[in-house]
Amino acid sequence: MFKLNQRRKISNTLYVVFATACFLVALIPLISILYQTITRGYIALSFDFFTEVTPPIGGIGGGILNALEGSFVVVALASLIGIPIGVFAGAYLAEFPGKFGYYVRLLAEVLSGVPSIVTGIVVYVLIVATTHRFSAISGGVALGFMMIPIVAISTHESLKLVSASIREGSLALGISRTNTLVHVLFSSARSGVITGIALAVARVMGETAPLLFTALGSQFLMTSLNDPAASLTLLIFDYGTAPYENAHVFAWGAALVLLLLVLGLNIIVRVASRLKVTGSE
Amino acid sequence: MQATAYARRARARARRRDFFHIFLIVAAFVIPIITVLMLYAIINASVDSIRAFGFKFLISTDWIPNPANGGPPSLGALPAIYGSIVTTVIALLLAVPVSLGVALFQAELAPSVLRAPSRFLVEMLAAVPSVVYGLWGLLFLVPFMRDYVNPQLKSALGFLPLFTGSTNGFGMLTAGVILAVMIIPYGSSIMREVIAAVPRSQREACIALGATSWETIRTSVIPFARTGIIAAIVLAMGRAIGETMAVTMVIGNVARISPSLFLPAETIPSVIANEFTEVAGNGVYLASLFELGLILFAIAFLMNFLGRVLITRLSFKAGRDIHV
Repeated sequence: MFKLNQRRKISNTLYVVFATACFLVALIPLISILYQTITRGYIALSFDFFTEVTPPIGGIGGGILNALEGSFVVVALASLIGIPIGVFAGAYLAEFPGKFGYYVRLLAEVLSGVPSIVTGIVVYVLIVATTHRFSAISGGVALGFMMIPIVAISTHESLKLVSASIREGSLALGISRTNTLVHVLFSSARSGVITGIALAVARVMGETAPLLFTALGSQFLMTSLNDPAASLTLLIFDYGTAPYENAHVFAWGAALVLLLLVLGLNIIVRVASRLKVTGSE
Repeated sequence: MQATAYARRARARARRRDFFHIFLIVAAFVIPIITVLMLYAIINASVDSIRAFGFKFLISTDWIPNPANGGPPSLGALPAIYGSIVTTVIALLLAVPVSLGVALFQAELAPSVLRAPSRFLVEMLAAVPSVVYGLWGLLFLVPFMRDYVNPQLKSALGFLPLFTGSTNGFGMLTAGVILAVMIIPYGSSIMREVIAAVPRSQREACIALGATSWETIRTSVIPFARTGIIAAIVLAMGRAIGETMAVTMVIGNVARISPSLFLPAETIPSVIANEFTEVAGNGVYLASLFELGLILFAIAFLMNFLGRVLITRLSFKAGRDIHV
């Protein structure tokens, strides 16, 4: 009897140790990535790094101004496509639950798992191959395609959280469904919807594969949206895989800037939405 | 009189589809339209390759886009498919136990003060862009594997064909490790939601019988959540197969089938990423890259569909929404 109890205790201790160790092991890469990026990328940072365009690969000096510009332009174009369509689609899913809505939701979930490089080659066929040019617009469309399902799902989830009594109260007052949706449901779900949008923006800002064959990358500042566009992610890929030490330093510097943008956006959004949640309790 | 006018207007308002609702319906239709458009575009673009190679594309190991004698190209996807399968299997072998451990830690073990911070850290790991994983893999993990891990594995397990050959750090093993790191946050967050969805009554019944935490997990939580854990594995697999940038940067990109995990290889997405811009007017070659994309799309679509259906089924059983 004593032995059996001993064994049960040991197995329980093993489980606790294993699970805790797994958690700690999972954090090692995060710490390593942050440490490497900060220590190696810090060297590249200077005033010129943010005000000059990229040098040829392996060249000296220069900055990432064109990549910053390209990233912001392409993500802004993607947001123009992805946010309105995603939010409206999410509102449809919440407003009209039914068979069609169920399948659209399932399809959105499946689409959000489709590899981003597939989106890239599809947009290549649809836009780049028909217009015969790589462009910022095609990059924006590729990222916009990725944003639609992500935003639709997060909007649907936030609207679902609004309690039925608020919604029914509004309808009972004779307020139309449109006005209920816009003024009552969206204003209760505002922080959730905005959180979802911001996380989707952070997600596509870090995407590279959909831009490889659409925005293509460029060493210059853009003069038109029909021009190829540089991006931070493409720059990290091109300079990181080049066989020159100073190109690597450049890539680490760009990676540090990208991490600050993406993780910074994530942290701000999560802290803000958590404060909001605790504040309303 | 007044009253009936009001009633008539109210009835008319109820019947009328709000103009605004048309926007919502159109937006909802965009999602199936995009899916069909993607499928149509990618099938259409790969027709030349399907016509030229047929079923042989899946089983041939040739990869000769521009033959020296000027003849027609001979292209087969088997090395890429093999590389995708091997790297995904390595990633799952490493990531599934760790993900389950992380999920159990976060859902069951961690004291409540640590729960939010521990979730936050794993969310940060998920938010790191894949090209940054790739840069870290290329300039940190590859030398690390070359200098420490691979020589150790070779001296300990070198009698297995898996761990033979010279190693420069680039190869399927490194790609599998980086994929594992990338899918742990995804897999563990799904598993955590699934475990948290197990009804309290299941746990309490077990604890009331005098079970330890581990016995509760083993006999009531995991059996209840099994469908969801399988779904998490399937979804993580779908993600690993489609991961492009990080793998492309560390796998070495050689079309070869070899049992040794140390040797450079390629995966379906890495071939597309590497060769797409080098096609230069070679129509069949370009079409074959699209066919690789079609294969990838089909695999990822099926995996995600299966995973989502399993999650939905579990959420019916648990009687609550599981949002992952």
